[in-house]
Amino acid sequence: MSPQAPEATETTGHGDISTGVAGGDSNASATRITPGNALRPEDIALEVKTGLAKPSEDVAEYALRLGDDALILAQRLGHWISRAPELEEDIALGNIALDQLGHARSFLTYAGAGMPNEDGTAKSEDDLAYFRREHEFRSVQLFEQPNGDFAATIARQFVVSYYQYELYRRLTESTDATLAAIAAKAVKEVDYHRDHSTQWVLRLAGGTEESRTRMIHGLRTMWPYVNELFQDDELTEKLAQAGAAVAPSSLREDFDRLIADVLKEAELEVPDVPAAPGGGRYGRHSEYLGYILAEMQVLAREHPGASW
Amino acid sequence: MSPHGNPETPASSATEINREAPKASPAPEHHDRSTWGLWEVFVRSSRGLSHVHAGSLHAPDAAMALRNARDLYTRRNEGVSIWVVPADAIAASDPDSKGSFFESPQGKDYRHATYYTKSEGVKHL
Repeated sequence: MSPQAPEATETTGHGDISTGVAGGDSNASATRITPGNALRPEDIALEVKTGLAKPSEDVAEYALRLGDDALILAQRLGHWISRAPELEEDIALGNIALDQLGHARSFLTYAGAGMPNEDGTAKSEDDLAYFRREHEFRSVQLFEQPNGDFAATIARQFVVSYYQYELYRRLTESTDATLAAIAAKAVKEVDYHRDHSTQWVLRLAGGTEESRTRMIHGLRTMWPYVNELFQDDELTEKLAQAGAAVAPSSLREDFDRLIADVLKEAELEVPDVPAAPGGGRYGRHSEYLGYILAEMQVLAREHPGASW
Repeated sequence: MSPHGNPETPASSATEINREAPKASPAPEHHDRSTWGLWEVFVRSSRGLSHVHAGSLHAPDAAMALRNARDLYTRRNEGVSIWVVPADAIAASDPDSKGSFFESPQGKDYRHATYYTKSEGVKHL
């Protein structure tokens, strides 16, 4: 996740990534590049380090869930790089993967603050991403589902982006300031992911016979995993009552309505398929997650503590 | 698609989509639908500045061209506004006629204000 050594991530402020670009010769490029000003995972790491951000055990577990969702999806989408149908789409999916990775880094960094190591220091995003085993991951099963063909990936994006948008939109009002801040950054990005997936659902459904068949197949492949997204449990109920989290079930109505609008425009049906048993939040995963983790974790485990 | 023994074998690759097949509904922008058309991208970096040509891209229609432009050319916070124009809608000057087109103004100093000496007593120049 973080390509730098721990020492190097202890930067403050936002100016450090703009070296030689924003401050340099503005005529060097036709367009001007600036780093912008937004919440970064490094800022959260700094707050964790200085003790400003300290989640309760429950909030940490909740952050871990959302972080794992985003992390696994980022890894899945990253697989499309150099493999998408067109170069432009390659970059679009890569951008979405990077957005998700950013959300994962923020959530996992925050989660780590509530999950200390034996020596009392906070677990880092890398500890959580690279050194947990399959049953310790808390992502729901939709996120680990195979990319399949482009239509299947779009179907997964379609569900995920509408789910995440409703979730983050509400999470911006969390009583937990860090969760609210992460959500505020993420919701705008996920809004674009919604647009991206919607555009493609409409085009694939209204394109050729072939693309339509694939879109329908993609939706049917992903739909068994939709239910799990909206299941409440003890943790979410407790946190939702305290105002820190969003009850997953409360997102369902808006999700169903918005999804139905797009599918109607695309002249597609909401797939009528039985729901998968789920259990991702408790470490019960489909057969795919182990392979994802093997590929994602191998380098970090082969060279623990390495920086590059 | 499946390196490292990854079992995810897609039914078939997305690149195998038959783009020649007849469309269920015709896309308005492009007569030749076998390939995506070329679009030129103009980005405005901030309010008050003009749009500047940033590059080009392929897209099936204007809506996707705008989105692709956003993904390709504003990844580093470059812009607040994007224009996309079908490349074939742009008429360009002929690079070979540079001499007759652009060299005529050279040496015509009198077309510049600095050529003239300021008359005495003229204010606000």
